[in-house]
Amino acid sequence: MGIEWVVIILSSAYLGLLFVIAGWAEKNANKQWLSNPYIYALSLAVYCTAWTFYGSVGRAANQGLDFLTTYMGPILMAPLFWLVLRKIIRICKAQRITSIADFISARYGKSLFLGAFATIICILAIIPYISIQLKAISSSFRIFSADVAGSKGLFFNDSAFYLMVILAVFTIFFGSRKIDASQKNTGLITVVAFESLFKLFAFVVLGFYVTYGLFNGFSDIFIKSSELPYFERLITIDPVDGYGDWFWLNILSFLAIILLPRQFHVAVKENNDENHLKKAIWLFPLYLFLINVFVLPIALGGNLLFPGNSVDADTYVLVMPLAQGNTFLALLVFLGGFSAATSMIIVSTSALSIMISNNLMIPGILRSEFLSKKLNPQLNKVVLRGRQLMIVVMLMLAYLYYKYIGQPFPLVSIGLISFVGVAQFAPSAIGGMFWKGGNYKGAIASLTVGFLVWMFTLVLPTIVNAKLIDATILNEGLFGLSWLKPQAFLGVDFSNNVSQGFMWSILCNGLAYVGVSALTSQSIKETNQAEVFVDIFKYSTVYESAIVWKGQAFITDIKNLLSMFLGKRRTDLAFERFSDRNAIEQGTIEADFRVVNFAEKLLSGAVGSASARVLMSSVVKEEEIKLEEVFNILQETQRYITDNKELKKKSVELETAGVKLRQANKELTKLDELKDEFISTVTHEMRTPITSIRALSEIINDNEDLKTEERAKFLDTIVEETKRMERLINQVLDLEKIESGKLEIPFSTIHLNDVANESVRKVKQLISEKGIALSTNLHGKLPLVKGNRDRLVQVILNLMSNAIKFCDNSNGEITITTSTRNGSVELSVSDNGPGVPKDSQKLIFEAFYQAKNQTLKKPEGSGLGLTICKKIIDKHEGSIWIENGAESGAVVAFSLPKLKL
Amino acid sequence: MKKVLIVDDEPNILMSLEFLMKKNGYKVFIARDGSEALGTVQDELPDVVILDIMMPEVDGYEVCEFIKKKVDANIKVVFLTAKGKESDFEKGYEVGADFYMTKPFSTKKLVDKVNELAN
Repeated sequence: MGIEWVVIILSSAYLGLLFVIAGWAEKNANKQWLSNPYIYALSLAVYCTAWTFYGSVGRAANQGLDFLTTYMGPILMAPLFWLVLRKIIRICKAQRITSIADFISARYGKSLFLGAFATIICILAIIPYISIQLKAISSSFRIFSADVAGSKGLFFNDSAFYLMVILAVFTIFFGSRKIDASQKNTGLITVVAFESLFKLFAFVVLGFYVTYGLFNGFSDIFIKSSELPYFERLITIDPVDGYGDWFWLNILSFLAIILLPRQFHVAVKENNDENHLKKAIWLFPLYLFLINVFVLPIALGGNLLFPGNSVDADTYVLVMPLAQGNTFLALLVFLGGFSAATSMIIVSTSALSIMISNNLMIPGILRSEFLSKKLNPQLNKVVLRGRQLMIVVMLMLAYLYYKYIGQPFPLVSIGLISFVGVAQFAPSAIGGMFWKGGNYKGAIASLTVGFLVWMFTLVLPTIVNAKLIDATILNEGLFGLSWLKPQAFLGVDFSNNVSQGFMWSILCNGLAYVGVSALTSQSIKETNQAEVFVDIFKYSTVYESAIVWKGQAFITDIKNLLSMFLGKRRTDLAFERFSDRNAIEQGTIEADFRVVNFAEKLLSGAVGSASARVLMSSVVKEEEIKLEEVFNILQETQRYITDNKELKKKSVELETAGVKLRQANKELTKLDELKDEFISTVTHEMRTPITSIRALSEIINDNEDLKTEERAKFLDTIVEETKRMERLINQVLDLEKIESGKLEIPFSTIHLNDVANESVRKVKQLISEKGIALSTNLHGKLPLVKGNRDRLVQVILNLMSNAIKFCDNSNGEITITTSTRNGSVELSVSDNGPGVPKDSQKLIFEAFYQAKNQTLKKPEGSGLGLTICKKIIDKHEGSIWIENGAESGAVVAFSLPKLKL
Repeated sequence: MKKVLIVDDEPNILMSLEFLMKKNGYKVFIARDGSEALGTVQDELPDVVILDIMMPEVDGYEVCEFIKKKVDANIKVVFLTAKGKESDFEKGYEVGADFYMTKPFSTKKLVDKVNELAN
């Protein structure tokens, strides 16, 4: 079996796989995970066509870095997606707009003419573009089959022809099944996302193969190619025209990423969720980066392996692995290019078919009385069949273009000419979205001028090259006027025709748009739409009420009209939902403006906004609106919006107040609980000594025959327990005094070392009795602090008595340290006991912490000592904390602010 | 001779209870916390246990439950505790106590109760 059969079988299998994926996705269309931002971002990569796959390498091999401009523009636009694309998406959702032509038509008062005009520009720009995809596939196929006759033979010998047929079937199946074009085609988008992944994979694999397999990495390729005679030209920008070219070509692709019909289709029409843009903003540029990393190495590698133009650089990616006998890789690359081409063709044709049916076909039918009468009962079928027919027609046209006109051009040049064509929409589409003043006449002028200059400077030369007309016009200019030479328009002659043509067309176009818009006025209908487009974020919530309309219509008429396109069931359902939402009573006969708008929007999804307008006006008797009325209604709307905002603000404020109240209440309750807890713990702590006192007193009372030493022991215990009670009472009172601020703590200037020494003196005896080693480590130049000597002694004594309690039973060690840190003076008491668990280190300063935590061994003491310490230190504006020592034991430390001089 | 086990972590209370029980003719065992009590109960199988509730590690409720379920349900348990809330009482009887007495307590009443339970 020849290799060409393998290729044919593989490509058929690949197309089969696409059918399977699309069918599967369509079946699972309602699953949440199929509408995810990754699929969305990948579908945007339909931007990378066969032109990227084959043409970038060709362009890099011949012209150098130029190829990057096609990708840098989109990368520059990506950060603006949130600003520009989100606005377009919002507008299109509100108005059920499904294509760029529809978008322009809707903005300028739903003009039939503009819609049709934009559609024609799209057709003229995109058909050649589709044709280069066919060309790419068929020439890549020929590389395997060595069949040079391919494109020159009859159509049934031509692989491109069969491909076209299969793609037509696919697109009809998955791109135009639903009459309401504003519904999503999950199958189509999933396939496009899959193809994006696949072509990236294939290209990157090849990139690795060339860079690391055929050569020794990037530097190897660059070092070797530096000996090529034209190397410098390839990796630098031409100092004469280069910078201008770069500028214009970047702007061109910057606009194309939004305006190309297929990009509009995937990015706007098939968008499920605005938030997907957030991922696409970085994922899409990343994709473009990855698919371009290896372009230059492959191009240079090709130049090295096939010196002297022996191989067409557009085919390097296939010829390189084939020349090494690596058929498997070549087949993978072929499929990658195939996937790039097919996804572009599928999306472009479905976008074009919707555009044509909405802007050319349906208006045509509606205009012709004969046709619209005859087709009336099955209009919805006509629309659908029409769209499917258009897919076939588009593909046929692309095929014919490829066979008879497009052969002499490299892939890139035709692609760029298409870009310039659609870029002509920029002033009217993007301008109209941000400038309310742009109007219908301005848009007409803009498109006309742009279109003419584009045709003249870029399209005309291609026709001449195809030898369809004489070349004199190129050499001598129109009417023999030398300043009207297409490739040196107005006497300016760039080395790059595309950037020159783009510059002139977009400049003239923009100027015409602004100039004519400024000099002429808008109609009411237009003002409505301009208002909605520019301020969509203000209106998208109250859209229905933001439209100025006055007229008379009957609901039954409207329903009948809708059923023709949507079917009775869908119409009834939609109306039912709408009435529910807007509290319209059943049995209402006359339609108000909300119903009319709603119906028109529904219809727009099926037939485009301009046609919908025409259809609606057949059942609605509209009245001319006076300017004052417009202002009144607009003002009312504005007021409504403002009131609404005010209301929202109020309710937010109320909510905040509620939250604060709840918070306060919670705190109060907590305080209350703390107080309760404190009291119950204090009384509990008191019960213990009282219990002993009572029991022992009763024993002494009841037993007169007690031994003397027994009686003495019991009495001693009673006294001891009474003292315990006394201590507890004193501490509670202390705490209360400090907390309520009744306790005066007079401050004076003191030296913390003195305080430490005094404290040590007081416990020295006790400590030596217990056999504990006490050491001090006092800082020599300790700054002075402000504080109360007696209270600080109390704190240190308390810390030391804790240390005595907890330090090692047999070899107790206690250290007192003073030091300075960050403008404060610190004193710490450390022991060599068991330390304090991390999670208790904060809690330990709470009252009765030990009593509440029964797992601690109960030491003597009231449980209030550390709490009192903390209160005292707080009064000094210092802080107290506990941590575990470096080796073992606990370190309790406090710091006081250094005295400010 | 009937056996009484006293469980409390306050030495002075232990002292008074020990004196009282010995005086009334019981053989007295002492435990200073819950886990010690668990061991003594199993070793000595006392007739009555006087049990504090708030103790480190193993508290009185757990000791009581252990005695009634795992050792011998016939061993009588008297809670003697500073916990005086209604809910503490309930919980005490729930885990199987035979009597619940709050601190401070009447020595006479305690001795009467222990005598009653022991016989």
